[in-house]
Amino acid sequence: MTLLLQILATFSILSLVAVGGANAVLPEMHRQLVELRGWLDDASFAQLYALAQVAPGPNILVASVMGWRIGSWGGMAMATVGMLLPAAVLAWGVAGLTHRLRGAPWLKPAQGGLVPIAVGLLLAAGLVMAEASSQFGLLPLLVVAVSSVFVWRTNFSPLWVLVGGGVLGSILLR
Amino acid sequence: MPESPLPTLVPSRRDLFLGYLKIGLFGFGGVAAWARRVIVEERRWLTEREYAEVLGLGQVLPGPNVGNAAVMIGRRFHGLPGALLATAGIYCAPLVILIALCLLYDRYGQLPAVAPAMAGIAAAAAGMVIGTAFKMVGKLKLAPEAIVLLILAAFAAAWLRLPLPLIVLALAPPSIAASLWRAGLILRSETAR
Repeated sequence: MTLLLQILATFSILSLVAVGGANAVLPEMHRQLVELRGWLDDASFAQLYALAQVAPGPNILVASVMGWRIGSWGGMAMATVGMLLPAAVLAWGVAGLTHRLRGAPWLKPAQGGLVPIAVGLLLAAGLVMAEASSQFGLLPLLVVAVSSVFVWRTNFSPLWVLVGGGVLGSILLR
Repeated sequence: MPESPLPTLVPSRRDLFLGYLKIGLFGFGGVAAWARRVIVEERRWLTEREYAEVLGLGQVLPGPNVGNAAVMIGRRFHGLPGALLATAGIYCAPLVILIALCLLYDRYGQLPAVAPAMAGIAAAAAGMVIGTAFKMVGKLKLAPEAIVLLILAAFAAAWLRLPLPLIVLALAPPSIAASLWRAGLILRSETAR
């Protein structure tokens, strides 16, 4: 029981420092789980990260997999709740605040000031992902380029490029 | 591409859940690109600008930005039930898949041999995110100084690898000030009085 509470506490703290989401919090997660608590070793941390990447959905669910390894299914539940709840409560509060201030003439322009940063960080996330995939050679970079133009210039479902990338990868990257 | 001036639609609670279910389920390599696709293009719950504003708030708050946006968008349309349904929608399918993967991992001690396919999917997902960013830049009609700030943020995060809280702390104040100035809320000049 104490282990589960420790997992809950550890991931709740991670949740509140995770500005920028999963990839931004990964170093701190490593520090907490591997270096401070000794719950995981380096190799299993890396394997569990890879395991989480196979599943779709928000990357933050990497926390659920780590929690599962540390404390089985109870650990998974605690890590997931710990990682999601504090940030969600904060987002709820901020949404309420913007709703209450909706008449204020400065609110829209102030929020608009965050737009370039949001899009810039989105672009950066894509570039970092592209760089990570370049370790498999030139083919992935070609896939990145085709996929970028496809999503940018057309309105077809991006599912096609995901499927195409998966098929190309399984034929040519083995 | 000209932006179609279609009106936005208010989702029912069921739509909210199903839309976010799709975002979670299709979001291989991350959900940011799918979230914009479903919310802005396919279901038209928000305009390009409204979505970018919610995403911007989700970005500066801790936690997954699309998850934060789900709470805010859910609340905007249906209050607490909306926030809960959007959040449940985005996480439930990936969690079920993760549990299945954990069981496989437990039994066989390793992942099924999907690494080459996943490498291809990851590359396509990277392109999706880059393409989405370009698409948003094309549609948002940003001011010149906003474009500069956008490039600075991308450069600081992707090239310099600075911590994101630092980037937000450094760039949000000038960006907000510039936006307020554009709106005429900060003195443009003495002659403007």
